[in-house]
Amino acid sequence: MLIAIAAIRMRDLFGVVILFGVYSLLTAVLFMDLDAVDVAFTEAAVGAGVTTVLLLSSLRLTRRWEAPPRHNPFFSLLVVGVTGAALVYATLDAPLLGDPSAPVHKHVAPHYLQEAAGEVGMPNIVTAVLASYRGYDTFGETLVVFTAGLAVLLLLGFSENGKSRIETSAIHDQVALKVVVKLLIPLILLYALYVQFHGDFGAGGGFQAGVIFATGFILYDMVFGVENARAVMAVAWLPRLAALGVLIYGGVGVYSMLSGKPFLDYSALSADPVQGQHLGVLLVELGVGITVFSIVLSIFYALSGRRRQS
Amino acid sequence: MNEIPGLFNYWVVVFLMMAGFYVVISQGNLVKKLVGLGLFQASVFILYITMGNLSGGQAPIVTEGVFIYSNPLPHVLILTAIVVGVATTAVGLALIVRIHEAYGSVEEDEIHALDMADDDTRLQEGAEREESSE
Amino acid sequence: MSLLDHLPILVVIIPLMSAPLCVLVDRSGAAWGVALAAAWLSFGAAIALALTVATSGTLTYQLGGWPPPWGIEYRIDTLASYVLLIVTAMAALVMLFAKQSVPREIPEQSIARFYACLMLAFAGLAGIVATGDAFNVFVFLEISSLASYALISMGRDRRALNAAFQYLVMGTIGATFILIGIGFLYMMTGTLNMLDLAARLPEVSDTRTVRAGFAFLTVGIGLKLAMFPLHLWLPNAYAYAPSAVTAFLAATATKVAVYVMLRFMLDVFGADFSLGDMPLNLILMALGLVGIIMASLVAVFQDDVKRMFAYSSVAQIGYMLLGIGLASATGVGAAILHIFNHALMKGALFLALGAVAYRIGAVTLGDFAGLGKRMPWTMAAIAIGGLSLIGVPPTAGFVSKWYLVLGTLEQGLWPIAVLILIGSLLALVYVWRLIEAAYFGAVAADAPEVREAPASMLVPIWILVAANIYFGINTDISVGAAMQAATMLMGNGG
Repeated sequence: MLIAIAAIRMRDLFGVVILFGVYSLLTAVLFMDLDAVDVAFTEAAVGAGVTTVLLLSSLRLTRRWEAPPRHNPFFSLLVVGVTGAALVYATLDAPLLGDPSAPVHKHVAPHYLQEAAGEVGMPNIVTAVLASYRGYDTFGETLVVFTAGLAVLLLLGFSENGKSRIETSAIHDQVALKVVVKLLIPLILLYALYVQFHGDFGAGGGFQAGVIFATGFILYDMVFGVENARAVMAVAWLPRLAALGVLIYGGVGVYSMLSGKPFLDYSALSADPVQGQHLGVLLVELGVGITVFSIVLSIFYALSGRRRQS
Repeated sequence: MNEIPGLFNYWVVVFLMMAGFYVVISQGNLVKKLVGLGLFQASVFILYITMGNLSGGQAPIVTEGVFIYSNPLPHVLILTAIVVGVATTAVGLALIVRIHEAYGSVEEDEIHALDMADDDTRLQEGAEREESSE
Repeated sequence: MSLLDHLPILVVIIPLMSAPLCVLVDRSGAAWGVALAAAWLSFGAAIALALTVATSGTLTYQLGGWPPPWGIEYRIDTLASYVLLIVTAMAALVMLFAKQSVPREIPEQSIARFYACLMLAFAGLAGIVATGDAFNVFVFLEISSLASYALISMGRDRRALNAAFQYLVMGTIGATFILIGIGFLYMMTGTLNMLDLAARLPEVSDTRTVRAGFAFLTVGIGLKLAMFPLHLWLPNAYAYAPSAVTAFLAATATKVAVYVMLRFMLDVFGADFSLGDMPLNLILMALGLVGIIMASLVAVFQDDVKRMFAYSSVAQIGYMLLGIGLASATGVGAAILHIFNHALMKGALFLALGAVAYRIGAVTLGDFAGLGKRMPWTMAAIAIGGLSLIGVPPTAGFVSKWYLVLGTLEQGLWPIAVLILIGSLLALVYVWRLIEAAYFGAVAADAPEVREAPASMLVPIWILVAANIYFGINTDISVGAAMQAATMLMGNGG
């Protein structure tokens, strides 16, 4: 709560962004406490990680300090007051925290908890719901990521060669940093792959894996410079990879349709329905991971490649 | 009255939501607005997850010997919502960068003033053109 | 399962998958071809769907093979098939128009990605209409919204950037409010499927949580609809976006939001709750009327014609909200009918404006001087579209206004009927300003030589204009479907 208030009052935007990152991290911890492990993982990687990086990249291109406020805050406080009151009003009839007789625990959820192991064949029920029962929502989510990437590319584009950016020489001399990072990056990438494929059994899955995989590349770019980074992964490939990820996901759905079953029905993938579920989840999560990886990296390159105009 | 501890979680969430919401509508700096938006959305996520929590439950990964699990559905929904939130932030930031390049500022009132000035020049030019063609 | 069984998903999937294809193809001409094919195939599917629903009733489709409420379900009833027809038809026509318009306004290397975004916005909107799951609505709403922010920002004027940003902020607040609303509903019922929600809500509808959820949903949807006073993002967004984008969004995005309002308020919550227990009918009528009068007034004073018609759109949404607020089958039917007719009107008008922009480069009133002689077909289209806006027979606009007035008179609300007519008079004023400049204005001495718009633009414009007249005369299909949908919705309450 205090962090939120501090974020409002501060005018140093760099400070605001860092505070927001801390807020995200604390939220992730809170999620852990509330037994939401997958969500905590994602919030930490995406909320605290990616968002902070993106915000800082943008701050580099705009301004660090905020101008002093000129408006009278009365009207805004009024709107916020009314909305807050409405929300508190809503909670008065709400079920209490952790109450087992709450409606949410009685209807759809128990079915998932009881049947998922049998019907979908994996212990991580969140993944089962995400990738199978509500797989279409996740397809939509992948498309949201794809759309955002497209939007950023339309707005900013990549700079054509990495040389247009002024190199920060401070990092070049940091030998210790380079050595450590060289050791870390393979581990990061390996961990990302683990998260990708282990998501059925533990916390994890395509989104988190894609983000972590991209992080490895971003770290490489930051420490070793943009020319080396682009030699490893050519920037032009990223939009194509993203498109490929979406097509993989959708392709599984289309395959189901061609086999005479509804879109994204994984039982079409194999004679044994549970095997089909496993295969389906594997493929769609792969699609998600590829798209998330390429889009996160694209957005980073788009922002970091932009020349600062004063 | 002994409902208050159970509802307290919700009220904290409401406060956080309103803090974020306030930043969005009252601050003139575009970057801060975006951060406020993120704050607002993150608090909504906490609301959903709080809703799904079950006392004495564990994370919804089927394990030996555990019989009570927290509700997985809000987790799924919020995973999606987090990703949607970051996607929106990314697009917003790209827009802010372009706006800064076009206007030289990311403060709402400065941008508005520049637009008004544009309008005035256009009206002037139009009037001058009419005068010269008569 | 045969092809026909897959129709509900095909309408959405075809454009959805065409987007990554456009990105892979990366050449502007080929990307246009892919997008064009996707839009027309989707339109064909929507027609087949509408015919099937008309004969066999509501169609359902289980995504992933899981039955609801465990899985996500697509439900296409009369209302949904009606709105899908509009969305797909507009996409198909705008894609024809885009061939010449887009290369003029968008840099060459971005065109393929531009079409990908357009397809995503289109697919997002279609997905909102087709689904029967509340959270799925949210996801596809965000797909179409994000794509829209990007599309709007591609306008040539630097103001497009800020317009897109303002829309992003307000749109995200709206979407978050909708998320909060869905959350409250889920909290009290444990389900996300709309049919299931409708069944479970009545027993908990008396709780504060559900009422608050209702309020948040209304405000959130209202932001997307441009309901007064939440309409502030719309005039700038429509004015500064590229021509094809304005035409497409003006004809579809807010209509889909009206559809969402109808679906949630009348189907999920039920008409008795929404329009009876909660004072939504009064709120909608009041805000609708204020929107009509205020927006029409502001439109009169606009110099930029695109902005003028943008404010006109806010007024037209006011008419739709008024119809819903009447809380009768006639009123709701009029609103649904206006979804269809307004799409025809504004689609034609904004496409025609786009043609003018293509030839002249700008669209202020001054630029229109003497255009009647130089671009006769385009101006005639604008003139007829304007007549439809005012509500002159035999245009489609007249039919919607007729049913709206009928709805007010049914309830003895004479003053409101008068206000509707005043709105029409105001529309007459601003349309007349345009006609006067175009037909009676003298061409400025230094005005550039201007030819008529190219055929690829005139064809879609005149298809819509002809539709305006056709559906103004032969109202069986449009009115019949609208009234049937309205009766179903109103009958479901309780």
